Amino acid sequence: MSTLLIRRSMLAGLLCFLSPAAPVLAEEYVVTIDQMEFGDVPAELKVGDVIIWRNNDMFRHTATDRDGSFDVDLPPKAEARLVLESAGSIEFYCRLHSGMVGTLTVSP
Amino acid sequence: MFRTLLASAALALVMTAPGIAQDDLSDPQIAHIAYTAGQIDITAAEQALRKSTNPTVTDFAQTMVRDHKAVNVQALALVEKLGVTPEENATSTALSDAAQAKSEELEALEGEAFDAAYVANEVAYHRTVNEALEGTLIPSADNAELKALLETGLKLFASHQAHAEHLAADLQ
Repeated sequence: MSTLLIRRSMLAGLLCFLSPAAPVLAEEYVVTIDQMEFGDVPAELKVGDVIIWRNNDMFRHTATDRDGSFDVDLPPKAEARLVLESAGSIEFYCRLHSGMVGTLTVSP
Repeated sequence: MFRTLLASAALALVMTAPGIAQDDLSDPQIAHIAYTAGQIDITAAEQALRKSTNPTVTDFAQTMVRDHKAVNVQALALVEKLGVTPEENATSTALSDAAQAKSEELEALEGEAFDAAYVANEVAYHRTVNEALEGTLIPSADNAELKALLETGLKLFASHQAHAEHLAADLQ
């Protein structure tokens, strides 16, 4: 390991130590849409986590909160990011194909 | 009513008519039937977009146009890739004739009467197409990619049928 790398790693360690309350890093999760269905939704979601909605279908879909807090447009073969901003049980569906449904359970 | 029955009878031909028995359907014929069925629903939706002022009906029609066009683009790409020429047949011709008759019937209606008749026909049409896909077209398809596309089409059509049924209930 070069001297430069050692110095950088010492500096990083020092910064971590000095930081009074390092925030918990947000996680990213992919939810895939395939064959007119939402795929599995991660079980342990927290506020600040990111859902990457990935539409593998040839059809346009949406990921839409029934309570109106988000409405993500998903053209065919596209993906879009959604930051989870509030805790709770969030029921979502596709506005264009109402049989496509799912639930996000988000803890504070 | 007679014309709805005619449309159903056209697809029922696939399963019942002598000479078009299940085993006799070739992949080029199946491709033509499936493409025609999608095109018919696109044309019906375009008529609804022209005639209806009900936002739930026009939203539904826009979804029909968008989804069926997507399937048919894939269908055309597939037949080109496979070097297959879709082959017109008695079923696809009967479907087109029945759809033309239905379109003329709907054209004479306006307002809520049009909306109700369009949505009722969408329920009946999707149900009939789904039965034909599930019972005959998918089992008869030889090519795996064609079969997979038809299976995707069935999931889509089933979703459309449910959507149309909800819409029909809302319009009552």
